[in-house]
Amino acid sequence: MAGLAIEQPAPTLGQAIRRIREEGATYQGLWSWLTTIDHKRIGMLYGATAMFFFLVGGIEALILRLQLARPEQTLVDPDQFNRLFTMHGTTMIFLVVMPLSNAFFNLLIPLMIGARDVAFPRLNAFSYWTFLFGGLFMMASFFTGNPAGSFIEGHLGAPDGGWFGYAPLTRGEFSAGTGIDYWAFGLLILGVASMAGGFNFAVTIINMRAPGLTLFRMPVFVWMTLVTSFLIIFAMPIITVALFQILFDRIFAANFFNVAAGGTPLLWQHMFWLFGHPEVYILILPAMGIVSEILPTFSRKPLFGYPFVVFSGIAIAFMSWGVWAHHMYTTGLGSVANAAFGVSTILIAVPTGIKIFNWLGTMWGGSISLKTPLLFAVGFIAMFTIGGLTGVMHSVVPSDYQQQDTYFVVAHFHQVLVGGALFGLFGGIYYWFPKFTGKLMNEPLGQLHFWGMFIGFNLTFQPMMILGLMGMIRRTATYEDGLGYGLWNMMSTVGAFVIAASVLVFLINVVVSMRSREEAGADPWDGRTLEWGIPSPPPAYNFATIPEVNALDPVWHEKYVEKEAGETVPAMAGGADLHAAEGETPHLPSPSIIPLIASIGPALIAAGFIYIDNPWVMPLIPIGAVITMVGLIAWALEPATE
Amino acid sequence: MWLFLASETLFFGGLIGTYLLYRDASVAPPCATDCTFDGVTYQGLYDIPFTSVSAFVLLMSSVTMVLALAAIQRNDRRGLQIWLAATALLGITFLAGQAFEFTEFYHEGLALNTNLFGTTFFVLTGFHGAHVSVGVLILLALWIMARRGRITNENALNVELAGLYWHFVDIVWIVIFTLVYLIQ
Repeated sequence: MAGLAIEQPAPTLGQAIRRIREEGATYQGLWSWLTTIDHKRIGMLYGATAMFFFLVGGIEALILRLQLARPEQTLVDPDQFNRLFTMHGTTMIFLVVMPLSNAFFNLLIPLMIGARDVAFPRLNAFSYWTFLFGGLFMMASFFTGNPAGSFIEGHLGAPDGGWFGYAPLTRGEFSAGTGIDYWAFGLLILGVASMAGGFNFAVTIINMRAPGLTLFRMPVFVWMTLVTSFLIIFAMPIITVALFQILFDRIFAANFFNVAAGGTPLLWQHMFWLFGHPEVYILILPAMGIVSEILPTFSRKPLFGYPFVVFSGIAIAFMSWGVWAHHMYTTGLGSVANAAFGVSTILIAVPTGIKIFNWLGTMWGGSISLKTPLLFAVGFIAMFTIGGLTGVMHSVVPSDYQQQDTYFVVAHFHQVLVGGALFGLFGGIYYWFPKFTGKLMNEPLGQLHFWGMFIGFNLTFQPMMILGLMGMIRRTATYEDGLGYGLWNMMSTVGAFVIAASVLVFLINVVVSMRSREEAGADPWDGRTLEWGIPSPPPAYNFATIPEVNALDPVWHEKYVEKEAGETVPAMAGGADLHAAEGETPHLPSPSIIPLIASIGPALIAAGFIYIDNPWVMPLIPIGAVITMVGLIAWALEPATE
Repeated sequence: MWLFLASETLFFGGLIGTYLLYRDASVAPPCATDCTFDGVTYQGLYDIPFTSVSAFVLLMSSVTMVLALAAIQRNDRRGLQIWLAATALLGITFLAGQAFEFTEFYHEGLALNTNLFGTTFFVLTGFHGAHVSVGVLILLALWIMARRGRITNENALNVELAGLYWHFVDIVWIVIFTLVYLIQ
C-alpha cells in the first residue's frame, strides 16, 4: 500500500530489475510492483485490491438498501435489483473476504514459520494477477449491457442468478445476455488463482518451517491457513466442474441442466453446495485464526486450550464436507436425508463452540488491554456466536422450512460473514498494520471505526432477523405497504449507512496513520509469534538468520521467563536474537514479469468464448492460449535466481 | 504434486458422478448400449473391443513411463529418450483412437447437444482427453530437454513428477473405462 510512485523517466524493465536487486525493499517504482515475487508486497497488493472491491460491493449494498428503505420504491427495477444483489454477494465472497484472507496468508505465513518466502514465489505472483484479472473480468460485465449487448442503453449487463446461480435458471433460455457467462468464467479464473494459492501455502507450511517449529508449535493462524488451503484444494474442483457444465449448456447447447432432455435441477444444487459449504469455512477459518492470535497478545496470556482450538479447526474442516444438503431441505430430498444433514449440521456447532469457549478462556483472568484489534476480536466472538446460533436454528428442518428464503437467512449469513469474518479481518489489519508499514494505526480513529461498525452492523442485520421471522422474502425488489415491514427496513438502511461511514473512518485512518511520523518499532503490542522478532517493516529477506524455534509463542519466551508460580518476568538476556547478524544479505529469487503475462491469458480465452459468434472477438481464444503457453514455457525456462 | 492429483481426483469425481447420475436418463436416442424409444430399438454406440485396445495402449504407456524414470535414475540418458518418446507416442495413439471414436459417434448422430448421454459422455471423456494431451505436451517437452542432455539423474524429479501425472491420467481412464464402458 506504500507509495506506488511512478518514477520519471520511466525505467525500462531491465533497469528496474537491476535497481530492485540493488536497493531491495526501498525501491518502490511501478516495475517493482509489477514484477514483485516478494510475499509481503503480494500480500499488500491482495489487501489493497480486496479493499477496492470491498468499496464496489459496499456501494452495491447501499443501492440495495436504499431501494428497500421504504415500501414500493422504484430506485432500481427488479431486473437491476437481481443483478445488484448477485454482484454484491459474488464480490463480497470471492473478491473481498477470500482475497483479504489471502492477503494475510501472504503477509504472515512466511514470517510466522521463519521462512524467507513462500515455496513457489512466482506462482504466488501468478495467483495475485490471475485474481485481479478474474475480478476485473467479472466487474466488466456491468458494462456489457443486456440483452442486445449495447453499451449505451443504460442496461446493466451483470449476472442475475444470485451468488449461487441455481441452474437451470442460469441456462440461456432463462437468463439471456452474457451476465452469467461473465460470472461463470470469472469464477473459473478466480478458482485458478485460489487453487494456486492453496497449493502454495499448503506446501509452504508443510515444507518450509524453521528448524524446531513442529506442527504443534505453529501459531493457530498458520494452522487455520493450512486447513483452509486443503479446503480450497478439495472444494474448488467441484465448483469448477459445475461451472464448466453450465458454460457447456450456455455456449454449446449441452444438456446438463436441460430438464426437457431429462436433466435434473438438483445436480447443480448438490455440486454447488458440496463446494459451497466448505467455502463458508474457507471464509471463516482464517478470521478464526486471526482472532486466535489477537486474543493472547492483548490478554497477555497464552491461548487457552491450544490443541483444542487446532483440533476443532480440523474437525470443522472435515465436517464441512457432510453438511451441504442443509441448504436444500425444501427441495424434497426426503426426511431421512434431511434428518441426517440436520444432525451433522448440529454437530458442526460443537467444535465451533469449543473454539468460542477457548477464546473466552484466553481472556479470562488476563490483563486485558482494550485496543482496537482486541475490540474487533471481541466483536467477532459476540457477533459470530449469534450467527452460529442462528445457524443451529436453521439446521432444525421444520424451523428451516419456515425460514427458507426469508431475510432471516440473509441476517444469519451476514452475521457470520460480516460480524464474523470481516470483523476478524479488520482486527487483523489493525493488529499487523504496524508490522508491515512501521506505523501504528491511529487508536481514537480505530475505536471510532469499531463502534461505528459494531452499532451500524447490529442496526442493519438485527432488524433483518425480525423481518425474516415476519415472513419477508429475500431477493425481491420491493414490498407492499401495510405489511409492517417499513420501519424495520428503514432501520436496516440507516444501519448500512452507519457501516459505510465507519468504513470511511477506516480509510481516513489508513491515510492518517501512513503519514504519521511516529515509528511503531518491531514489537508494539508485546507480541508472541515470530513476526514480532524482526524489524517493522521486515527486510526483503525477512530473517537474516533462520531462527530456531523451541516453543509455542517463541518471541514471548525470548522476552520473558516464567517463574514457579506461573507469573512471568522479563528475561534478562540470552535466547535467540532474531534481528542480529546483519552481515550478508541472503540471496533471494529474482523478480519476474512472467507471472503477470501468463495470467492475462485466461481472461482473454474467456472473453473469446463468451463472444464465440463474433469473428472479431473469437480469435482471443487462440491468442489467450498462446500467451498462456508462451508464458508457461518462459516460466519453466527462466532461472528462478540469477 | 500429490495435492494437485488429489484435487484432480475431485474434478473427475464430479464429472464421473454426473455421468453416472444421468445414465439411462436420456429422453432421446442414440444411447451407449441398445435402447428403445417409441417402440423403435436403436443400436448402442459403444465398441467395446476397440476401446479396450486403446485402453490397453494407454495402460502400456504407464509401463514405458516407469521404464523412462528407471532409465534416468541409473543415468541412462539414451534409455530415457527412447522411453519418453515411446510414452508420448502411445499417448498420441490413444488420443487418435479417441478422435476416431468421437467422429464415429458423431456420424451416428450423437453430438454434445443431442441428449444427456452425448453431453455427459463427450464432456467427461473430452476432459480426460485434454488431460492426456497436456501430458503428451509435458512428455514432449521432457523429451526435447532429454535430447539436449538437460536431464540427469540429479533432476530426475522432473521425470518423476511428469510420471505421477501420467499414471494419474491413466488410472482415471481405468475408472472411466470400467464405470462408463464396461458396467452397463
